[in-house]
Amino acid sequence: MHITRVSIALALFAIPGLARAQVGPPKSKQDSIARADSIARADSIALVKQLEKELGASSADTGSSAAQTPRASGGYMNIGFVALTDAGWSSASDVGAIERGDHDPKVRGFTIPNAEISLDGAVDPYFKGFSNIVLKIDSAGNTGIELEEAYALTTSLPANLQLKFGQFFTEFGRQNAQHPHSWSFVDAPLVLVRMFGPDGLRSQGLRVSWLLPTPFYTEALITVANATGETTSSFRSPDSPEIHGGVVDDKAVSGASDLLIAPRINTSFDLTETQTVVLGASAAFGPNNSGPSAKTQIYGVDGYWKWKPAAAQAGFPFLSLQAEGLWRHYDAAQRLSEANPLVTLPSETLTDNGWYAQLLWGIKPRIVAGLRGEVASGNTGAFASELRRDQSRISPNLTWYPTEFSKFRVQYNYDNRHELGNDSSLWFQFEFLIGAHAAHKF
Amino acid sequence: MNLLKTVALAGGAFATFTSVASAQMRVVATTPDLAAVARDIGGDRVNVVALAKPTEDPHFVDAKPSFIVTLNRADALIEGGAELELGWLPPLMENARNGKIAAGAPGHVVASEGIKLLEIPTSFDRSKGDIHSLGNPHFMIDPVNVKIVARNIASHFAEIDPKSASVYNANLAKFDSKLDAKQAQWQQELAPYRGAKIVSYHRDFVYLAQRFGLNIVDELEPKPGIAPSPAHLAEVIGKMKANNAKVILVQPFQNRKTAETVARQTGATVIDAPQQPGAASNTNSWFDNMDNLVGSIAKGLGAQK
Repeated sequence: MHITRVSIALALFAIPGLARAQVGPPKSKQDSIARADSIARADSIALVKQLEKELGASSADTGSSAAQTPRASGGYMNIGFVALTDAGWSSASDVGAIERGDHDPKVRGFTIPNAEISLDGAVDPYFKGFSNIVLKIDSAGNTGIELEEAYALTTSLPANLQLKFGQFFTEFGRQNAQHPHSWSFVDAPLVLVRMFGPDGLRSQGLRVSWLLPTPFYTEALITVANATGETTSSFRSPDSPEIHGGVVDDKAVSGASDLLIAPRINTSFDLTETQTVVLGASAAFGPNNSGPSAKTQIYGVDGYWKWKPAAAQAGFPFLSLQAEGLWRHYDAAQRLSEANPLVTLPSETLTDNGWYAQLLWGIKPRIVAGLRGEVASGNTGAFASELRRDQSRISPNLTWYPTEFSKFRVQYNYDNRHELGNDSSLWFQFEFLIGAHAAHKF
Repeated sequence: MNLLKTVALAGGAFATFTSVASAQMRVVATTPDLAAVARDIGGDRVNVVALAKPTEDPHFVDAKPSFIVTLNRADALIEGGAELELGWLPPLMENARNGKIAAGAPGHVVASEGIKLLEIPTSFDRSKGDIHSLGNPHFMIDPVNVKIVARNIASHFAEIDPKSASVYNANLAKFDSKLDAKQAQWQQELAPYRGAKIVSYHRDFVYLAQRFGLNIVDELEPKPGIAPSPAHLAEVIGKMKANNAKVILVQPFQNRKTAETVARQTGATVIDAPQQPGAASNTNSWFDNMDNLVGSIAKGLGAQK
């Protein structure tokens, strides 16, 4: 008697499970059958079937593929939206003085440093098109919009060549061309902001890439772009007086030497089945606006190493190390001081350098611990630039990815600005992504 | 002396010619199961490499730069076509610059073409987990599907390399008849367990279950791609007890410990059920792997009878 009662209880418990297991289609399918769009879809399938009958075509297999097709294409364009929210506190009351990147946390409290609409798709059989439109809320609470990237990429050039043209991040080093969504830390490395400005180095131009016929991966790239604009910080940017302190020398483009030229070579080896290394060297040459013939040269080396075991679960565990080092040689011409036109600043060479190294440990599925160390410094110029102040930072962080479409991150920053002292900051970050999720590059 | 020279030259020329003629077609498959079928169809006319490792989660393969080089030099690419590789193949293809394997080219084989994929979602909603918009992509463990895949591969190979078309067709015929015989054998092996209740880690055994009449009670993942939660596992344990489900299938990259915890609570057996050839020892061909898979499941179910 007792046994019977138990088995009845078990049987009752089992009914929902049994029902589901026998029906076959997933729960999700049943849930949505009543949806209007599926009714519309069923109608269109019925129509296709009817037409197939009339045309004498077999409806057995084509019926299913007809049902699949509209789903497969999903329109002609992938649309995604990703939003980052930062929240936290810093011992520095002017957070913007230690976090100079446009996508870094800017204030004590909350920041929305990056809300990005990404669009991409095949243009035709010859080109792919990409665009990223970024909205961000600045420290004053105002929304800014920028056409971060809008470019086309060729898909079928001969001789292993590929062209990119439009507005795009210059392929210099590893992180400059990455969007904030793929960064492993809350903020941009100090050295990148120092060399490339708050928004990274990007401009309007053309990039040629050649995949070399070497047995291992080697790609040579060269970018030719405008040297003018807010996102060409070390070159002819209207914000350049923050570097050289002089009155901007406005000059029309009169030749190739007025453009920004950025060559890069990138190579990769699989050390073992489970370890890969990527090494790169980059440079950027162009005019700056401290004088009519003043030039800037930036050089960089970068490396990335990753280990992931052969039976990783959802990509975990893993260990990776990424590092970049950059040097800048900035010829500042003799110029009138912007702050005081009665003062002439001498002709001088401003040299800057810096590096960062970040270690990531994917401890277990969806949990990543990170540690980054970085330094940026430069020589003393006639103008005391806030942007060229020596700064070093150490940042441990921890990221939890509930899925590939959301993440929580907590990061501690210990900043050292020498004579200005040390600062501690604690930042939380939340990110969500809806729509298309572009695959991550290695 | 002159004659000798002529013969030597002619011999040399012939050797060069034959080495060109026997130059193998370079085939890249995204996953080892597709590669294994391609090897059977291509025989000695092809050199096949797989990008994903047999033990690796095919959803989460790193888009390593060395793959760009492999794809750049390939004569053919075989991909599943059901978005299993969505997280890593597109950036590789973008940089491979190889018109021969571009979408729509004869060298681009979409393995699932003509296969009736199961579980095609009627609406897109990520609150239901990571659902593939084209349907369940784990279709290579159903012999009926693999027959279609082999046919797709053979027809593309014949189109790219018409000289060897007869070889590919002969290999396809051989593959088909072996598959028919094997399928009958596998059906027989699993026949005693028709309707048997099983549990899998991910929703990756539906095609096999449908073909061989097994009954998947639930998955350890609450939703596709979502990590098992204690609450969901408690529910699974209840369901397994109520249904007398005694077998949990896991692949090498899935969390066996989680499966073992559930097994301890339910008296079930955890069965290593790798879907990719090469993950278990001596399973380099697709047939060997299916033999191993079917054998392991039958053994696990038999031990519970």
